Amino acid sequence: MRNFSYAQATSRADAIALLQQPETMSIAGGTELLNWKRIGIVEPARVVDITGVPDMEGVEALPNGGVRIGALTKLNDVAQHALIRDAYPVFSQAILKAASAQVRNLATIGGNPLQRVRCAYFRAEEPTPCNKRVAGSGCSAVAGIHDKHAIFGWTEDCVAVHPADPPVALAALDAAYVIENAEGVRRVPVQDIHVMPSENPAWHNILGDGDLITAIEIGAAATTSAYLKIRERESFEYATMSAAVALDLDGDVIRRARIALGSVAMRPWRLNATEQQLVGQKIGSPEAVAAVDAGFVDARPLSSNAYKITIARNATLRAIELAARAA
Amino acid sequence: MSDHPGKISRRTFMRGTATIAAGVAVIGPPAEAGAQDLAPSRFSSSVTVRVEINGVEHVLDVEPRTTLLDALRERLQLTGTKKGCNRGECGACTVLMDDRRVNSCLILAASTDGRKITTIEGLADGPVLHPVQQAFIDHDAFQCGFCTSGQIMSAVGCIAEGHARSNAEIREWMSGNLCRCSAYPQIAAAVEAAAGEIV
Repeated sequence: MRNFSYAQATSRADAIALLQQPETMSIAGGTELLNWKRIGIVEPARVVDITGVPDMEGVEALPNGGVRIGALTKLNDVAQHALIRDAYPVFSQAILKAASAQVRNLATIGGNPLQRVRCAYFRAEEPTPCNKRVAGSGCSAVAGIHDKHAIFGWTEDCVAVHPADPPVALAALDAAYVIENAEGVRRVPVQDIHVMPSENPAWHNILGDGDLITAIEIGAAATTSAYLKIRERESFEYATMSAAVALDLDGDVIRRARIALGSVAMRPWRLNATEQQLVGQKIGSPEAVAAVDAGFVDARPLSSNAYKITIARNATLRAIELAARAA
Repeated sequence: MSDHPGKISRRTFMRGTATIAAGVAVIGPPAEAGAQDLAPSRFSSSVTVRVEINGVEHVLDVEPRTTLLDALRERLQLTGTKKGCNRGECGACTVLMDDRRVNSCLILAASTDGRKITTIEGLADGPVLHPVQQAFIDHDAFQCGFCTSGQIMSAVGCIAEGHARSNAEIREWMSGNLCRCSAYPQIAAAVEAAAGEIV
């Protein structure tokens, strides 16, 4: 690992000022940045340690019934906080199905969406064409190993998926990241922080120099919710795909459904058509099944991952039933 | 869970040592000369940390890139903590930081100022083994032994968190520790037995 110079930020404003220096990156949990440096994905000249910044840790109830989570809160602490565990089971479950107990004691909820794709070509130790490693170098995965890659929203320039679990649940909950920079504060819907390959295949997210995620805000409680993660190993494994579902029910009739899929695109993928068609349908009815199918009309497989469409469709049906049973 | 005392004491400590930190920043060469504001002088290419390891306070000058794992093994000769994957994927380097289990390969030594670290060398009480160490022996919970110190440190954390209430729960919450000899049944049994003894 090449050396770098190091500073500890003492406040949000201090962190933002330090991050505006050229070739400067932030470190919080450290579970990604150190590995990027080991592989040679990034070579920052300067690293700003933001773990000592005050007022960026903890979970608090908001007056409107939602919650605000400080960006530096560790994954395990978010998932096991009573406000999260009881009011947003889909989010708690998604976190606890991510990574390992040790990693979740380090990784922060604000850093989690900034992890980068797990595509083997992006993470290769030897130079391999990848538009996210070297812009314009091409995509090795589109005609290579891509059985875990995208079924929605990919282009010939990048077929990778975003691998994180917690943002999938947050997308289903219509949560927002609070992002601060020298100009002020803005709120960005969770799925919009990610950049789709059609927008720019070289980019990972919309954060610019001096942008700092300081918190996450979630709206009203979603107790009728569930997260289903499909993977090749029972624990400590990235998703083949995952489904986050939050329902409003009247008996067994769906009044409102919010569904986001993970590891199927470069961002959490809301099934908008499915959500619309599910309104007024009974759990487990043929109409509900047809509504789920409607969400996959625009799914588009690569040469060796069509199986993911079948798995995603069936997992969505199961996740709806799991959420309904959580009521 | 969110406001654990380790964090508070660290911040208090940081405030108390602000002058020391400033002194260090002056000693380290500025990363970039001639910038308009004072920020670049804040960056240092050598960091002094005061860290408690197994009950003993150490003052270390480290390069920012030095991981806690490398500082333990190469600087302090505490080689019981193992370097397996060096990517956070195998758990062999697990230690306790402020009583929470973490992968020491994913932590910069520079960030451990004011922290309390416990490694496998700090677990026994003199000649008396920690209950988890004894349980690993009693249950034959290792073969080659390379993952064992990480497994034991992780088990100590797992039990303290209250995540060792059943075999299935132990297997889920110990999944961050790989054993390529595949001693998992014995490891889970050892953790379960130790949990019963500690609680």
